[in-house]
Amino acid sequence: MTDMPDTTLTSDPSHDEPGDHGDDAAGYYTPGEPIKDTKAPTGPIDERWQTRKFEARLVNPSNRRKLDVIIVGTGLAGGAAAATLGEAGYNVKSFCYQDSPRRAHSIAAQGGINAAKNYKEDGDSVHRLFYDTVKGGDYRSRESNVYRLAEVSTNIIDQCVAQGVPFAREYGGLLDNRSFGGVQVSRTFYARGQTGQQLLIGAYQAMERQVAAGTVEQFTRHEMLEVIVVDGKARGIIARDLVTGEIETHLADVVVLASGGYGNVFFLSTNAMGSNVTAAWRAHRKGAYMANPCYTQIHPTCIPVTGTHQSKLTLMSESLRNDGRIWVPKSKADCDKDPRDIPEEARDYYLERIYPSFGNLVPRDIASRAAKNVCDEGRGVGPEVDGVRRGVYLDFSAAIARLGKDGIEEKYDNLFDMYARITGENPYETPMRIYPAVHYVMGGLWVDYDLQSSIEGLFVTGEANFSDHGANRLGASALMQGLADGYFVLPHTIRDYLADGPFEKVAEDHPAVVEAKKAVEDRVAHFLNTSGTRSVDSYHRELGNIMWEYCGMERSEDGLKKAIDLIRTLKDDFWRNVKVLGTAEGLNQSLERAGRVADFFELGELMCIDALNRRESCGGHFRAESQTEDGEALRHDDQFAYVAAWEFAGDPDSGGMGTPVLHKEELVYTAIEMKQRSYK
Amino acid sequence: MAASGIIFIGFVLLHMYGNLKAFSGHDAYNEYAEHLRTIGEPMLPREGLLWIIRSVLIVSLVVHVYCAAALWKRANKARTTKYVMKKNIASSFSSRLMRWGGLTLLLFIIWHLVNFTIGKVNVQGGSTNDPYNLLVDTFDTWWMTLIYLAAMFALAMHLHHGVWSSAQTLGLTNNARARRNAKSLGWIVAIVIAGGFSLVPIFVLAGVITK
Amino acid sequence: MKVTLKIWRQPDAASKGAMHTYELDGVSEDMSFLEMLDVLNEELNGKGEDPVAFDSDCREGICGMCGLMINGQAHGPEVTTTCQLHMRSFKDGDEIVIEPWRADAFPVIKDLVVDRGAFDRIIQAGGYISVNTGSAPEAHSVPVPRDDALRAFNVATCIGCGACVAACPNGSASLFMGAKITHLGELPQGQPERDTRVVDMVAQHDHEGFGGCTNIGECTAACPKEIPLDVISRLNWDLHQAMRHGH
Ligand SMILES: Cc1cc2nc3c(=O)[nH]c(=O)nc-3n(C[C@H](O)[C@H](O)[C@H](O)COP(=O)(O)OP(=O)(O)OC[C@H]3O[C@@H](n4cnc5c(N)ncnc54)[C@H](O)[C@@H]3O)c2cc1C
Ligand code: HEM
Ligand code: HEM
Ligand code: SF4
Ligand code: F3S
Ligand code: FES
Repeated sequence: MTDMPDTTLTSDPSHDEPGDHGDDAAGYYTPGEPIKDTKAPTGPIDERWQTRKFEARLVNPSNRRKLDVIIVGTGLAGGAAAATLGEAGYNVKSFCYQDSPRRAHSIAAQGGINAAKNYKEDGDSVHRLFYDTVKGGDYRSRESNVYRLAEVSTNIIDQCVAQGVPFAREYGGLLDNRSFGGVQVSRTFYARGQTGQQLLIGAYQAMERQVAAGTVEQFTRHEMLEVIVVDGKARGIIARDLVTGEIETHLADVVVLASGGYGNVFFLSTNAMGSNVTAAWRAHRKGAYMANPCYTQIHPTCIPVTGTHQSKLTLMSESLRNDGRIWVPKSKADCDKDPRDIPEEARDYYLERIYPSFGNLVPRDIASRAAKNVCDEGRGVGPEVDGVRRGVYLDFSAAIARLGKDGIEEKYDNLFDMYARITGENPYETPMRIYPAVHYVMGGLWVDYDLQSSIEGLFVTGEANFSDHGANRLGASALMQGLADGYFVLPHTIRDYLADGPFEKVAEDHPAVVEAKKAVEDRVAHFLNTSGTRSVDSYHRELGNIMWEYCGMERSEDGLKKAIDLIRTLKDDFWRNVKVLGTAEGLNQSLERAGRVADFFELGELMCIDALNRRESCGGHFRAESQTEDGEALRHDDQFAYVAAWEFAGDPDSGGMGTPVLHKEELVYTAIEMKQRSYK
Repeated sequence: MAASGIIFIGFVLLHMYGNLKAFSGHDAYNEYAEHLRTIGEPMLPREGLLWIIRSVLIVSLVVHVYCAAALWKRANKARTTKYVMKKNIASSFSSRLMRWGGLTLLLFIIWHLVNFTIGKVNVQGGSTNDPYNLLVDTFDTWWMTLIYLAAMFALAMHLHHGVWSSAQTLGLTNNARARRNAKSLGWIVAIVIAGGFSLVPIFVLAGVITK
Repeated sequence: MKVTLKIWRQPDAASKGAMHTYELDGVSEDMSFLEMLDVLNEELNGKGEDPVAFDSDCREGICGMCGLMINGQAHGPEVTTTCQLHMRSFKDGDEIVIEPWRADAFPVIKDLVVDRGAFDRIIQAGGYISVNTGSAPEAHSVPVPRDDALRAFNVATCIGCGACVAACPNGSASLFMGAKITHLGELPQGQPERDTRVVDMVAQHDHEGFGGCTNIGECTAACPKEIPLDVISRLNWDLHQAMRHGH
């Protein structure tokens, strides 16, 4: 939902004057050196990737067998990379925590994948996709990376079709496209509501083919718990075999993290139960910068929470907003009534009221925030959870009257079924209830143009890195990025690094290896030996509540400071009072979760610090202090047009976070002009 | 498995047709039995065609039973720990009876051959060299008829699933329509064959067909 | 509501397991089946008893990680995955028997968790189209009739959960295998490897110790993605063709 009219608003004088945004996070962080070189080639934007590919050194085929590559993650980003590097002849070891690579969370993506094929002749082009993505990201992404993403997007479709991905087709046998997320061109390729699944199965099959060929070795039910850094270079990982419990050392010439997003820090999200930050966080602790951690995407159309037992939230496709009208009762008194008994004049179609020109189709962040506001006012609907009703109606009665029940059925049948199965209500008869939920994180490990992190030899791809979506991601762009990184970008940039290899072998008893392994063993032992009283999940749930409340849809200085205190207190309690039963040997799911939650605590704290520092509203990050008079997001390009890359500065005594160091990477746009969004 | 099964189906169809000759009386039936032995003469020796059929049947039987045993063994090895509770919701009774039903058929065939072909046992102690009379004597005995009717039930069940199953095994049921047709055909073949076979014993016992 | 749970407990692959009985009160009908087990686990953890191990990840019916035998039916009484089954399918006072998938090719790891690595190995044997990254022709150079693409898609929705194996009286994985063979076999891109694919996949399937298919049809009824029996017919057809072509 980006192609909305631009208004150049940067100079709009509202609450905050330019240059006067204080330093909210003072005391919580240490200023560091700015990042000068991102390794992006200069020159015309459409030539940069070609230049880089040409300049990246080659690796002699006979040498590739001798080069060991570790890839953590088998989603689109990791699976595609494993297949491609395996085909090239490198010696790949692939890790995932599920029982099969095919189950990585990319499988859950529904809507589709963007590519600048311009099959519809509707004016699409690489440049337009680039432009839409930068603008959608609210001018907080690195333009060279985004341009490259748009450029390779077309190759992705060719590759997937050749692998047998059954994209939707037209009667003539050619590929169908739809327009997604409100953009004005049709560039989204899809396979009904299961695009992520089909793309992932394609990458998975390509990877399994390499497993059979012997170039890829797959380690399923293995969780990476530490990265091994020797002389400043990433040289391997420590992983726990989740079945036997064994702590294993895997050494290599290069390590790739494709471990997905960390939305589960909120406990309730649309992410899979096992999605975690551990792989990324362990790397962060060893020196990899974490960039823009506070950038979170909240999706407005999810099925609301029903009670305190809830374990995860389910996304309903955004397309529902095309025909459904969103409303809540005007009066609190009506909130527990049957919605069908509430007369038209007692309903508040708040999006249509506040945003008359875009109505129910305003972007994700705006729709989400508006829903939160009406529920905070006490006008939410549905069951009360912890004393508040968190839900708004998404009403199809007008659309049913217009298109007939059959028309709606044809368009949305599977979604209506899914809704009915989960809620037990029939959405053809009563309005659906929806509420926003955490869906995606734009933040992640900082990488340069080569996708290399600030640890040499540690590359990061997919949702785990920060690189392409700025402060907000467009629909159907995450799949594009995952496959772009995995199939087409990383395989080129990594060879430049590997051209210097094979590196000197690291011995298993090298101090860095021993130290990393011991750290993991100690942590496992700590959890099992703490004879506490509270379950891991109860801590996770409480942390999630704090994050959602203070670092969710709307953030404020006071709230964030409070959240940091709450997190620190809860974290202390967690380390002293958590209860993990069972043993280290063998499958122990509580133990797995304990490790993940421990890292979520530290991440949560850093997210709040990052959000506190960024006293502007941009993309998915809305700061209460930075809004226009009528309550819209206000960006401050003069002060915040940078990537916030955080360096871990742990306190060796307490083992705590200390004050992280902030390195700023200035964002420079040469091919595009910065503009303020408006949807009124 | 499917090939041998289908050969069996072909055979039982013919065999049933032959049996029904019993309704035409003593001479017609015996003539038919004799005819079976002389078809093809003089190109083939006496009983030539019969032996060709017999060898095809024997080979099929060996193949069929071998495959059945192999599948059975594999299935047992594929799940050595049984469920405490297992419901079947979509499968027909016949599909789950294939093995025990098949075994019943095997026992039946052995007895049947002893009865009519190899041993020629006349349970009433009468003569055994007149096929028609042997037939009538056999089914005049109520428990013989009962055994045969039980076998025909097993056969019907076996065919009900077997017809559909062989179509599927041959890869002929690639859509829902073809699958429905194959299942209907299973019912038809089962009823026609088992029903057709059952007529003779029932009518003998009922006294309609007599010596 | 209150339910009685009879759950298979087995500490590890080597140990012998047994059914244990638990009473669980305060179950809401809005809970998913797995959330109900989460609640049980919280209780067990509180009492110092080892929580019940079971697999799940996406909890929205797409990753194929979850899978329990519930009252004798794979994924329980509805046509859906275990994670999408809700407690409103049960009544107050119900007794619910919960077991892991049973197949020797899916050995139990712990409690209700089994190892489905055999599925990966079947795919490794040929469940792919050989095309190296970067060597693909322009996507529109090969049109695919819409119906073929749709049929391929419909069977490509298999989530690899293993319910078909769990439900099959023979412990056969023919539905899973047939789904992949049909998916790739429907598309022009899948033709060059069609013969070798089916031969190699079937050989691997048999080698893994799955049973043979005798067309019983329990698999398709248990399949949360409603993969039809067509795919087994297709598998057989392709196998015969491959044999005729001398494989
Ligand atoms: C419900 C939903 C719908 C979506 N719909 C769309 C859409 O329509 N279009 C779109 O473009 N995007 C969509 N997205 C976003 C998109 O799916 C993801 O951003 C993207 O798939 C991430 O891919 P990935 O390869 O980076 O990571 P993932 O697919 O999440 O893979 C992570 C991998 O890392 C492994 N891993 C993680 N931690 C460890 C560890 N410690 N040790 C070992 N292995 C580990 C996991 O096992 C897994 O294999 C959606 C997301 C959700 C949640
Ligand atoms: C001799 C004793 C017999 C035994 C032990 C036996 C056993 C079996 C078994 C175990 C099967 C496999 C189940 C399946 O594929 O669904 C089978 C299939 C079949 N049987 Fe028999 N059977 C016997 C006799 C017969 C007879 C007499 C006929 C026909 C008149 C017959 C026809 C079939 C057919 C058509 C199939 C299906 C083949 C397929 O699915 O490929 N069988 N039998
Ligand atoms: C009521 C049912 C049946 C009757 C009355 C019947 C009768 C007979 C008779 C009279 C013969 C001897 C024919 C001869 O020697 O000329 C015979 C032979 C035979 N029958 Fe049947 N039969 C019946 C069912 C079956 C069935 C169901 C099968 C197989 C599944 C079967 C298989 C055979 C075989 C294999 C022979 C031997 C043929 C040969 O090689 O000579 N019969 N039957
Ligand atoms: S065929 Fe159906 S039951 Fe079998 S693995 Fe696939 S989705 Fe699961
Ligand atoms: S239940 Fe089993 S026997 Fe075949 S048709 Fe299904 S795999
Ligand atoms: S947990 Fe993913 S399908 Fe059930």
